[in-house]
Parts: sequence; structure tokens; C-alpha cells
Amino acid sequence: MKESIRKKFRLTKKAFSVPYILFLLLFVVVPLVLILVNAFLDSDNNLTFENFKTFFTSSSSLIVLGNSLLVGVITTVICLLIGYPVAYILSKMSSGKILVLLYVLPMFINFLIRTLATKAIFIAMGVELGMGTVLFGMVYNYLPFMIMPLHTTISSIDKSYIEAAQDLGADRATVFLKTTLPLSVSGIMSGITMVFIPTISTYAISQLLSNGKIFLFGDSIQLSFEQGLYGVGSIMSLVMLAFVLISNLIMNKFNKNGDAVRRSLW
Amino acid sequence: MVQQNPVDNIIELRNVFKTYDGKHAVKNASLTIKRGEFVTLLGPSGCGKTTTLRMIAGFEMPTSGKIIFNGKDITDVPPHLRPVNTVFQKYALFPHLNVFNNIAFGLKLKVIPNGTKVNRKGETVQVFRKYTKAEIKEKVDNALKMVDLEDYGHRNVSSLSGGQQQRVAIARALVNEPEVLLLDEPLGALDLKMRKDMQLELMDMHKRLGITFIYVTHDQEEALTMSDKIVVMRMGEIQQIASPEKVYDEPANAFVADFIGESTILSGTMIEDFKVEFCDTVFECVDKGFKPNEPIDVIIRPEDLKIYPADDPGSIVKATVQSSVFKGDHYQITLIANDNELVAHDTATYSVGETVGLYIKPFDLHIMHKTRIINEIATYITGENLVEICGADFECVTDLPVGTPVTVKVDFDDVEITDDADDGTIAATVLSSIYKGSYYQAILTTDDHYNFFADTDDDWLKGDRVGIKIAPEKILIEQRDESQKEAEHTVVDETLTQAEREAIAKEMLIEPEKFDSEAELIAEFEAKEAPVLQNSTDEEGAE
Repeated sequence: MKESIRKKFRLTKKAFSVPYILFLLLFVVVPLVLILVNAFLDSDNNLTFENFKTFFTSSSSLIVLGNSLLVGVITTVICLLIGYPVAYILSKMSSGKILVLLYVLPMFINFLIRTLATKAIFIAMGVELGMGTVLFGMVYNYLPFMIMPLHTTISSIDKSYIEAAQDLGADRATVFLKTTLPLSVSGIMSGITMVFIPTISTYAISQLLSNGKIFLFGDSIQLSFEQGLYGVGSIMSLVMLAFVLISNLIMNKFNKNGDAVRRSLW
Repeated sequence: MVQQNPVDNIIELRNVFKTYDGKHAVKNASLTIKRGEFVTLLGPSGCGKTTTLRMIAGFEMPTSGKIIFNGKDITDVPPHLRPVNTVFQKYALFPHLNVFNNIAFGLKLKVIPNGTKVNRKGETVQVFRKYTKAEIKEKVDNALKMVDLEDYGHRNVSSLSGGQQQRVAIARALVNEPEVLLLDEPLGALDLKMRKDMQLELMDMHKRLGITFIYVTHDQEEALTMSDKIVVMRMGEIQQIASPEKVYDEPANAFVADFIGESTILSGTMIEDFKVEFCDTVFECVDKGFKPNEPIDVIIRPEDLKIYPADDPGSIVKATVQSSVFKGDHYQITLIANDNELVAHDTATYSVGETVGLYIKPFDLHIMHKTRIINEIATYITGENLVEICGADFECVTDLPVGTPVTVKVDFDDVEITDDADDGTIAATVLSSIYKGSYYQAILTTDDHYNFFADTDDDWLKGDRVGIKIAPEKILIEQRDESQKEAEHTVVDETLTQAEREAIAKEMLIEPEKFDSEAELIAEFEAKEAPVLQNSTDEEGAE
């Protein structure tokens, strides 16, 4: 009898994945199914397509979506513009790894606390809260996510490629444009993914840093659920999910072309 | 590529030093390379050959010294402005570009003269242009054809085999029509068969293109096969610069002899001009100018050692066959002649234990000055019957008072090596161990960079940490006159004249003070692993 039990519960490698699978089922798959179901139910739990109509015909919600995408794109571009030079310089420094840690260190503090502190600073400085402050908060929060993968990718580029380019007659600028930059595409793509996807779905930062003036998609999803509009909220969540999937697909496609250095952190 | 330049030497290195953290990776390298020559830098890993090549390419800046190209000083010229191209050890093909674009990389950047025009000031100025797409395509296609990869232009470099990548790397360098092609162990990653094929192809290319090749390798056979001129390096120093034949037949010192080809190195005595004694036998030789009874090293190549029947009147010394191993086209026969081990190559085999006669043509005996005949250290008496040697107090037998300057002499035989560094009075690292027929001569570097020569029965592993012990009665102590200030640790043989001493110093295998420990090896290794781009870019190494 004992034998058979033991046989049934033999500790294989698969056994270790069980808790994770359970976790995924409970907190990812089930909620997704709930969202999907909710999207097709009205307040009286009848099957309906009304929710879609409400969302896609309301110009205000589409504007919020557009705003969110715009803020996401701008934040990502700013993060890339700041993050790339930083990552590049850090990868050339012997103490680069420690400095990267310093860049990442603020993430150890809860982002709400950081955002509230930022808000307090802006108010103390007399800066008017609005789009500018929201973008600042976004960049400040997501910049480490850009620097980390870029730093990993750039510092793992084999020096011999740079020497080969120099040897073939490339000056410093050309070496950068023709070797370092193309070879760090995978890092750029990881960075963009890491920044863009969270920014289009984020909330709270925009509310806090604009005193509720700027309303992003994440905020409106939150509001819908708060107001008990589960159907519309679910539709919005699905739209968000679609955007995340689409951007992921695009990134992957780009990444395939420059898959030279795949050893990025993420 | 036809050069109408009056300067015959295309590259000249003048007293080039390269130092990493105070350790010399390249020491006082002077070298001239003629136009169109195939020059090989040969040596074991860490000998400074790659550093030398990288200095010619411009990736490393010499700490001191000059690099002259076509009569112009290019020491400070960044790599992208040097008319040389490199084939890298691991090819360094750009993974984001296909074969065609890898090869076209240099062409796309190049500007070529395109006639002249008269500018507004009325001066005639040279006009430059870039290659057109059609020109690039033609050149790349030709380069691909040259390396037999005609249809591979569109291929991804990662889809190519090692040999194909190698060819692309060569095509990428040659398509720029450099005046000098630098090759850094380009065949190291290929298998034996492929390597042989590529050797022949490279030699053929060298002949066809007529440009200068500078080739780095640790493979002596490769060097002997391919080169017009071999530069043998060791520990950052050039040991010998000569044609392959000369390096093989007349090695400058025991290291070169040991490194190039197989050879037997024996200790002997030069009795008089044209007469040398080793294996307790007097041989005729063609060397002269040694002191009577000067201790020397004799080098015998295995193919020069002739085996005769024992009773043949032509044989000089009798020997017993110890082993005979079939090597394909010959037998390698190990013989013992008067307790000295000799190696011969012969087409016939002999049975083990058989007594044979040996003969060596006088011309085939290569006789070299000994680097050193006794370990000699200038030091002080530090206590009662105590003398300081390399930072530790050794017991000795002396009645000289404390503080007396003395010269300590220790015979090679009397240096006792212990397996465990802690068992010795001082610790040292084994630098080399060369078999001398009946014993091994080990060179041990102490932590303060003195080199002990020791004759031992055991073969010590290079790089091993060992201990050194010397019996008190074996330490010979002579009072030293402080006023005649000699550099500490200098080996001076008083029996030689100044001229002879200089001659020895020139040929010397090892110069004690300059001979730094393996830290140098490490320095060179690190330099190789994490190349620092210094001159053109000021970029710092990442780690």
C-alpha cells in the first residue's frame, strides 16, 4: 500500500511546477476568463454586446485611450533618449555595474510613496501639475527598466566587433552607428517593451501628478470598476490586453532581425 | 597594390615596450619587415606576440618606442587611419550583417581620389568620392571568388562553418587592399585538415597579392611552413629573427631550440676550438671562439643523429636503444649514451637494449653559450650563520659578521626543489623545465623576480608553485666589495672578457632582472581578453 502511494507521489521535476501552475490558474487564467465573461454580460447578467457599443461609440473613452498611447510613446521615447547614453557610458566604465544598481535603487521604494513625494516636491516648487509633471513621473518611474536591459546588452557586445570596425576604417561615430547600435537592438527592444507596456496601463501616477486633470486608460478602467460598470471595465481591459499583445508581437519581430546579442537581462 | 615607394621596409618597430601595471608584455622589441614579406611572430601564449600585432594594428599604444610605416611614424595614428587590415582570432564577423555586407563594410567607408578640381582660390585640390554600389558589388564578388564562397553573399554569418567564417574574415580584410595584412592566430579554431588547407591557401594568396603578411601563431610547424621570416618571442622579448631554416638549424638559444621542433639539449664542455665534449665523448664541431673548457649547451636535432652498427668505425659513441616508436614515416628512437638520453629519427627500427654506434656530423652540432653556470646573488649576512636570499634568511656556514656584503653562489645541483611551496625556505614559480639528456634544468622565479636555475631529476610543471631549499654547506659565500657596486641579482661570470659577456648577454636566454614572473602572462592574457581601446576612442575597458 505504501509503495503505491509513494509511486503516485514521486517527487519529480514536474512536481515543483505544480504550485506555480496553480497560482497561474487562480490569479491569471480565472480572472481573464471572468473578464471575458463580464465583457458579454450586462448589469442583469444577460448576454449582450451593449458593452462594446458603449465603449467604441463613446468618444471620451477613445480619447482617453489615445492619450494613454500618446503618453506611453512619449515616455518610451524620452526613456530611450536618456537611457541609451547612460547605459552606453556605464558599460564603458569599470564601476558601471555598481552605478546601474544606484539607478535601480529607487525602485526599492514603493512607487506610490515616490510619486506622492514627487508631487509634494512639485507643489513646493510651485510647478503647475499637468501633462509635464505626469510625463516626468512616468519617465522617473520607468527609466531603470530602460537602462537595465540596455546596459546588459551593450556591455556584452564583444570588443572585437568594435576593433574590427575600426580596423576596416570606421571612426568613432561610424563604429557606434554601424556596430554598437545595431548590435544593441535587442536591448533597445527589451527596454521599449519594459517601458511602453507598463506606461499604457499605468494609473495613479497620472492621477496624482496631475491632480486628476489627466485621465489615462488605466485610470478609466479603475473608475469603471469602482462605479460597478464591470462590463465596460472588462472591455477596456481586453482592449488594453490587445495592445499589450500587439506591441509584444511587433517587438519580437524587430528582435528577430537583430538577434545577435540575445543575452539580455529579461 | 603595386608600390612605387622608395622605402624598402614597410614596417619598422623601434625599441617598442608595452607595459601593463608595471609588467612588461613586450620588452624592447625592434623589428623590420620588408615589403611583401610573410613574417610570423611565433611564441608560446603570453609571449607578447599578439600584443605586438595589436600595436601594429593600432589597438594598443606602445608604452614607449616607435612604429614606423613606410618611413612615417604611425605610433599615434588611430587604427581606422592605418593602411593595415586584420584577420581576428575569432573572426569578429559582424553578426548583424550578412556575408556580403560584412565584406563590404570597409569599402562603404572608404574614400578614393577622384581627379582634381580647381577651387575658388585657384588652387588645385584632390577630390574624393565613395565607391559606387556597382563598384562595391564587383569588389565584394571578386573577394568572395578569391576565397571560394561565390554564392554565399546573402548568407547569414552565423550559418557558416568555422572554415567558411575564416574565409569571409580574410575576404573582409583583403577586399580593402591593405598594404599589410595582420593575421592573429587565424587558423587556431580550425581542425587539423582544414588548417593545412588554409595554410596553403594563405601562402598562395600571399604570393598572388604580393602584400606583406604579418602572422601570429604559437604553432611552430605552421610558422616553419608559411613564413619568409620568423620572429621567435618569449616573455615579451624577441629571441631570434631569422628565416625558418635558420631558426630551425641555428636556434639562437636553448629556448628557441626547445620550442622549434624536437631536439636534444645536452650540457657539455668546449675543450678547444672545433672540439666539444659531451656524453663523456669528444666530438668534432665547427664552432670556435669559446674559452677553453667553457661549459656549453649542445643541441642535436633528432634527424641529425645517425645510428650505425655498434662496431662501425665511423661511430663516435656507443649507445643503448631504450625505445623505438613508429611515427608514420620514421621511427623515433630514444638512446642512452653514457647516461645521457638522446632522441634520433631513423627509417629503420632497432630492438630495445641493442647497442648501436652514434655519429653526428660536425656541422649538425649546434653549440651555445650557457646562459649561466652558477646562481649568484649579491646580498648581506643577516645573522650568525644566516644569509638573506630573495627575502628569506638561509642558514649557511660563515664566520662573517652581520651586515657584511657578500656574494652568494649556489650550484644548480644544490638547489633543492620541494613539491610544497611551504616546505621550502622560499617559494617560487616554475618558469620552464628543459630536459638535458640526463636531468632537467628548471628555472624558478622567486617572488622578488630572481631566477634560480636548478638541475633536478624531475620534470616540474610550468607555473607550479614550489619551494626552494639549499643545504647550509652548499651555500658558497664570498665577501663582496661594496665599492664595486653591481646591480643586485646580476649574473656575472668573471672568467669572461667584457666582449664575451656582451655576446652572451645578447644571446642570453634569460636576463634575470628583466625576466618577470607569470604576472606578465596574466597581464597579457587580460589584455587579450578585455582589449582596451586606447588610442582613437579613449574608451575604457569595461571591466
